[in-house]
Amino acid sequence: MRRINVAIGLTALDAKDIEKVAHLARLGLSGPEREAYAQELSRILDLVSQMNAVATDGVEPMTHPDAAGLRLRSDAVADEIDRERLLAVAPQTRDGLYLVPRVIE
Amino acid sequence: MEWETVIGLEVHAQLKTRSKIFSASPTAYGAAPNTQANVVDAAFPGVLPVLNGEVVRMAARFGLAIGATVHTRSVFARKNYFYPDLPKGYQISQYEHPIVERGRLVITTPAGEKTIGITRAHLEEDAGKSLHEDMDGFTGIDLNRAGTPLLEIVSEPDMRSATEAVAYLKTLHTLVRYLDICDGNMQEGSFRCDANVSVRPFGQARFGTRAELKNINSFRFVERAIDYEVRRQIALLSAGGQVRQETRLYDSARDETRSMRSKEEANDYRYFPDPDLPALVLTEAFLAEVKDAMPELPDAKRRRLGAEYGLSAYDAGVLTASRELAQYYEDAVAAAGVDPKLVANWVTGELAARLNEDGLDITNSRVMAPALAGLLRRIADGTVSGKAAKDVFEAMWAGEGDADAVIAARGLRQISDDFAIEEVVRQVIAANPKQLAQYRSGEEKVFTFFVGQTMKASRGKANPAKVNEILKRLLAP
Amino acid sequence: MTLTITKIAENLAAGRCSSRELVDDVLARIKTHAVLNAFITLDEEAARRHAEAADRARRAGGAGILAGVPIAHKDIFCTAGVKTTCASRMLADFVPPYDATVVRKMKAAGCIMVGKTNMDEFAMGSSNETSHFGPVRNPWDRDRVPGGSSGGSAAAVAGRLVPAATGTDTGGSIRQPAALCGITGLKPSYGRVSRYGLVAFASSLDQAGPMAQTAEDCAHLLAAMAGFDEHDATSLDVPVPDYAAQLGGDLKGLRIGVVAEHFADGVEPKVAEALREALREYERQGARLVDVSLPNSAHAVPCYYVLAPAEASSNLARYDGVRYGFRAPEYQDIEDMYKKTRSQGFGPEVKRRIMVGTYALSAGYYDAYYVKALRLRRLIADDFARAFERCDILAGPVSPSTAFPLGAKNTDPVSMYLNDIFTIPINLAGLPALSLPAGFAGGLPVGLQLVGRYLDEARLLNAAHRFQQATDWHTRVPAGF
Repeated sequence: MRRINVAIGLTALDAKDIEKVAHLARLGLSGPEREAYAQELSRILDLVSQMNAVATDGVEPMTHPDAAGLRLRSDAVADEIDRERLLAVAPQTRDGLYLVPRVIE
Repeated sequence: MEWETVIGLEVHAQLKTRSKIFSASPTAYGAAPNTQANVVDAAFPGVLPVLNGEVVRMAARFGLAIGATVHTRSVFARKNYFYPDLPKGYQISQYEHPIVERGRLVITTPAGEKTIGITRAHLEEDAGKSLHEDMDGFTGIDLNRAGTPLLEIVSEPDMRSATEAVAYLKTLHTLVRYLDICDGNMQEGSFRCDANVSVRPFGQARFGTRAELKNINSFRFVERAIDYEVRRQIALLSAGGQVRQETRLYDSARDETRSMRSKEEANDYRYFPDPDLPALVLTEAFLAEVKDAMPELPDAKRRRLGAEYGLSAYDAGVLTASRELAQYYEDAVAAAGVDPKLVANWVTGELAARLNEDGLDITNSRVMAPALAGLLRRIADGTVSGKAAKDVFEAMWAGEGDADAVIAARGLRQISDDFAIEEVVRQVIAANPKQLAQYRSGEEKVFTFFVGQTMKASRGKANPAKVNEILKRLLAP
Repeated sequence: MTLTITKIAENLAAGRCSSRELVDDVLARIKTHAVLNAFITLDEEAARRHAEAADRARRAGGAGILAGVPIAHKDIFCTAGVKTTCASRMLADFVPPYDATVVRKMKAAGCIMVGKTNMDEFAMGSSNETSHFGPVRNPWDRDRVPGGSSGGSAAAVAGRLVPAATGTDTGGSIRQPAALCGITGLKPSYGRVSRYGLVAFASSLDQAGPMAQTAEDCAHLLAAMAGFDEHDATSLDVPVPDYAAQLGGDLKGLRIGVVAEHFADGVEPKVAEALREALREYERQGARLVDVSLPNSAHAVPCYYVLAPAEASSNLARYDGVRYGFRAPEYQDIEDMYKKTRSQGFGPEVKRRIMVGTYALSAGYYDAYYVKALRLRRLIADDFARAFERCDILAGPVSPSTAFPLGAKNTDPVSMYLNDIFTIPINLAGLPALSLPAGFAGGLPVGLQLVGRYLDEARLLNAAHRFQQATDWHTRVPAGF
């Protein structure tokens, strides 16, 4: 096995980068969490950057194991709707609707 | 300065399937909230999308109809963003590799024909609906629409006026209905349009900054929204200002566009190939099958109707505005066995007017093609006059029975009997010696007076052709 | 309850015990060994009821080998009416309205589910320490981890609490805990087993599989789990072989590919020695060792830690507090609701991976990270294809070490990730692989990994079965169990 050397500090994320990513992911982070994530993510990205050791020019990206082909379904309606069961596990509902704080448009 | 308008349109056509694009839920419109959504639509943990084969067929049919490349390999991607009516936190849509690319549509405007490029058409799912009215400070989420199949059709920025934009939309609207892939119902949102509008000084090659107009749900509003936006941009630029690239909402009540609250936080949708859906691969055999099943397209039908029935370009155009109307016309022609132009006159005239008045579609016309054909036969064989036929049609429309029944019940049968008409004509001539003298002294326009009098005396039932013929004979000195 | 499924089935068939007795015994053992923390939820009442029904059905005849056999499901499989938590606060009270296809199929085969096993939160972890419900302990040494993410299933089978359990494997989550707990676990080929109802971690890598004492038991379980499912577009529409019927063929001439480096650098010497001895056993049985090379697999961990988090960041976006699961108790507006719900509902490792994945997919980094990883994935898969031109199966370590102490690695995510170096490449390629007990190092189990060609599970299972006919590692039970 080839050893993977985890070089530290090659990919430096700061708290601002973290805040941007956290917002995209809708994760609320405290100040100390941001600092911690900045360090951890930097280390993970350093690990990840070791991919660069491999030349991949012209290689076809592989999104799935090759044998996996997309199967289609026929245009048939299945009787599997049950609003009561669907809404039973929802945090907040009213009159058959899911309820969330008002979304300003 | 002279300004040129540049318009590109993005149309979302809801595909006419029974079930949703990735689930087996029904797609019916107007059901009670959340009664058309299952665990897949509501994105429960562990559920997976399975692509509806019919949407693929429909997209391929569209692609072939616009002369586009239908890719044998296309890819579904995830567009990631958070919104409460987007259950998975991403929308499945084709992004880098759409199923259809590089097609075109020929539109006709008063200025003539023009080809509009279609950049691409791709498959995607619709989101649910957020309801804000009467919710006491909450937003209600209805997922009935979530997962409804859409074909997003993106045009090139090839249109140069609102008129062209509307012509393009109408042509496209006709086409998708011909292809039977979309019901075209704009009120229900089955055919929605966003417009990218910009202006530039004439002669400038570079496009101006564009605004994207959303929420335009009728042909009329498309024209108005674009016109407003063009005026706004020209005024802005003329005053030394700049157009901002932004999304604007068209408000039909106030007939203006306005900037959507600039959440100009740059959206980063993080598109990537959906790992639940390997690439969609189509075989040549499948495409050949779609091609074979292709219905006659509007253009071809228009040309054929013109040639086959000797119709004017205008009539052929009107009659092929929808597949159903063309079908009605051809059914009526076949059933009547009369001059196809007479049929065309009636379908585009009386019938169209009546449908319009009652707000009906050709498919729910109160006088169906065989019934109209029955009436037209009676016109052709002289049983009723053209004028009386209009009354017969009205009665038929009101449900008083078929043409023969109405003619009999109302005594509208035309008098074609020479002797009877001659009798009336003699009486009319006798009653009008002064006009007779005028006619015989060469004032030939008095002839129409005698026609009118004769028709009046016969209460409209006299066969006008016979009246003419007999009058000419008896008035002659 | 030290019996295998095969033995249990014999006993049931012979009337030496009833399913109800088995279930009672299983439930009693789970409670006796509650300190393992192997289970999140028990479904006692239903299990007893189903066992009695299975006993009645058996008297009517026609029972299959799994009929009336108690099993456990990893708490990642949705079970209708039974809490499915994914070991997360986010789903701590979530009761799904439907069964995962695996659950449905195993039910149809007659298995009796006694409960849901503990795991790393959303299957993200290699030690079972990320569970919202606390870590699982390794039955061989309670101060050590059982491995992850299917740690509860592995510990439950190793401690003989249940004869078998299901697991899922995205980067080694069946094989690594199987190795660390001394049981047999199989990750099938991608597409072999339906993913419907399996709470998604990384969709292009996730695969469900069986965990049991023996390869023979795994063969029976896989036959029940596998097969085409119209609810999963990646499910393969190919027939399922009778795996158990294909066991027994000798291994003469079997070409076993070995990557020399996998037995040296970075692998604990005692682990490597146990594995070499296992290979000698294969040679004794007539198999031939072939040198192969998987050069790009050395970069599988970085590749995986782009792809898996990227897919996860999107898969976990649905946990927004709107339709099910946890919603933060207090919030200002919708954005605040999202952020509070997700930061309170997810644990640190899950958030870390969501962050990494979000970053890797974001504008400006997509090509450098995500697309780069997809290309590398192809190279890794191609290496396997080349290797399989020269051999029939591959053999090597599952994990570089035996079970490590609780807390030893959970402060350093990267060192934890590197632990999966031998299992991750197989998920990237989509191949089947299993882990089987192959000895001990310092009193802790060592797992041997066998990797097969695509859909060649039968050959893998037979190779493992023949090994187990000649060795007794798989029969060893930890002290106190």
